[in-house]
Amino acid sequence: MSSEDSPNPEEWDVVIAPRRKIVDLDLPSVWRYRDLIWMFFKRDFITFYKQTILGPLWYLIQPTLTALTYFVIFGKIANISTDGLPPFVFYMSGIALWTYFAVCLTNNAEIFSKNAQLFGKVYFPRLVVPISVVMSGMVAFVIQFALLLVVVIGFLLAGTDLRMYWIASPLVLLLVLYVACLGMSIGLVVSALTVRFRDLAFATGFVTQLWMFASPVVYPYSQVPEKYRFFFYFNPMTAPIESLRSLMFGTDGIGISIWLSNIAITLVLLILGLVLFTRAESNAMDTV
Amino acid sequence: MASDVVIRVHKLSKHYRLGVINHGTLYRDLQSWWAKARGKHDPNTTLGGTWSHSRFRTEGDIFRALEDVSFEVRRGEILGIIGGNGAGKSTLLKVLSRITAPTSGWIGLSGRVASLLEVGTGFHPELTGRENVFLSGAILGMSRREISQKFDEIVDFAEISQFIDTPVKRYSSGMYVRLAFSVAAHLESEILLVDEVLAVGDISFQRKCLGKMEDIVSGGRTILFVSHNMAAIENLCTRALVLKEGRVDFHGEVKEGIRHYYDYFGETKGNNLEGAARTGDGRARITDVWFSDAEGNQLTILKSGQEIQLHICVDPVAENCRNLILAAGVTTLQGEGVLHLSTETGGLVVPHLDARSVFTCTLPRLTLRGGYYSMNLFLSSNGIVADWLQDTFRFQVEDADFYGTGKLPPEGYSTFLADFSWAVTKE
Repeated sequence: MSSEDSPNPEEWDVVIAPRRKIVDLDLPSVWRYRDLIWMFFKRDFITFYKQTILGPLWYLIQPTLTALTYFVIFGKIANISTDGLPPFVFYMSGIALWTYFAVCLTNNAEIFSKNAQLFGKVYFPRLVVPISVVMSGMVAFVIQFALLLVVVIGFLLAGTDLRMYWIASPLVLLLVLYVACLGMSIGLVVSALTVRFRDLAFATGFVTQLWMFASPVVYPYSQVPEKYRFFFYFNPMTAPIESLRSLMFGTDGIGISIWLSNIAITLVLLILGLVLFTRAESNAMDTV
Repeated sequence: MASDVVIRVHKLSKHYRLGVINHGTLYRDLQSWWAKARGKHDPNTTLGGTWSHSRFRTEGDIFRALEDVSFEVRRGEILGIIGGNGAGKSTLLKVLSRITAPTSGWIGLSGRVASLLEVGTGFHPELTGRENVFLSGAILGMSRREISQKFDEIVDFAEISQFIDTPVKRYSSGMYVRLAFSVAAHLESEILLVDEVLAVGDISFQRKCLGKMEDIVSGGRTILFVSHNMAAIENLCTRALVLKEGRVDFHGEVKEGIRHYYDYFGETKGNNLEGAARTGDGRARITDVWFSDAEGNQLTILKSGQEIQLHICVDPVAENCRNLILAAGVTTLQGEGVLHLSTETGGLVVPHLDARSVFTCTLPRLTLRGGYYSMNLFLSSNGIVADWLQDTFRFQVEDADFYGTGKLPPEGYSTFLADFSWAVTKE
């Protein structure tokens, strides 16, 4: 007979006990629920089409109009350099990646409040939801990226002085994964904190918006005065946006040291996000 | 250890903190922290006395939803979990289904667990029936292949095959419930946790659900079933677990469990208003309540058809007890209103109450059917709630020969007995 006060793990398939470990990441069970990730992704995708009049067109209108606005304000009025790229190509590449990051962050930040109904009634590995959120956001990114490629081809056909390194395109996937990981990590940190501090939810959207101007979306890193450059080591969105442009169009880009510092920050945020999220999930339903 | 024990709950406790540690916003947390740092009174502590639970269940700001609960369930058992409101039934199911983590103790489970705490969890109104079957199945833990294999069976059981490609927002509530239950019922799990889901849907479908649950058990699966419906518990369950204020009060044979549960009501029957949860400004208080027959003999069990009197004792605490309205609401144990006896509808006007008084309500022929009922009491003065007690007074009614014919309407066909007479005349 096993000891009474602690369960014998051999004897049971599932043991439910108070959470003691700091990190309790149950990746095998997330894998077992992979079909659910797919179903959530499909649900978000289908309901998006059913609920908006313009449907997928919206994905095209939004970045086009934003790029146009930036073109007028930052390109024409403020006269900020675009690193030798056609302004549209410059802005659209930045916007596509930034929008994906912002979507991953803000949608993950409200996981507990949006899914309270579901989380309160049925168990599944909660990590399924952030993963599906990241996947749903990918759809918009793919459409925007396709639009960017169409614009690039347009410029190439018009004979503009634009170099396109098609061979580097697969590497863009790595950048996207990095951005997804970063957006999700920050979103998870915020989601875990909003369980306790609900007012943080209001700040999220606002801070994300301001953050964009601290990232090289509407200006190139090369234009940043030397004395402010250290700041970009601490902004983990610097490297992917700059690298997207240098990979595809051969702009100067950034040095390896910024990349290393950015990756380190993202890893720390990822670990912090997973720790806080797995801690929050076991008791979130008692407070929400 | 015998291998046919599929669930073992060992010294399980679940405590909740009653909102002192955390106020939900960063601003308030900082405010409390600042006040504490300066040695001042925390502006956000909840004022005492608002919690209605008995003293030994709360300690400081800790509420003991479950305390030292231990039991075992064997393969193929259907365990009915019963207990009054707030006894910890739902918390137990939530911990068992891993929605919330226990505070101490542990649970061991053998086999796959499926919990059905709500019908239609995760259904999305915009999606079609077909899409929702796959979504809901995945949420409950089925793989896509499993759902595809059982898809036809699920749709047939729900009897909605011709609407399967219609968005569920166009479904009637009955169709919705049938589809949702059907998905869950086809889940291949060794252990099924069910919370009160049979309370929804029409009677024929409820029967079908019960039948399905019996099939599930004959297939060797284990069910934990929470319900207020004692008839369902008695028909379906093989064992019963009675919870009382977060502790196991009884675990054993079903009939005895149900008797135990009713005995508990017997204890709270009568003058147990002191510890009751009250709201209102307290300018007058309800101090006592009891039933009697026409001669004034106190009754503990009422009989349908009997002349009974309900006596409520009211004590005016403040001077200005004017324009009183007293009401007694009789509800089922599930909280559905059955009778509402108010001085206002009864035409009794009480302009001023200056001394302790007994209000008596006479029911010449009790029209309630046999069963257990609960009573809410309400007292207002000048339109302001003075004293309001909910679910405090429980009583039992026994079926009796209401019509003098030795016959009563069949079970499930009438909740009330009405005075009526039949006649037949030639045209």
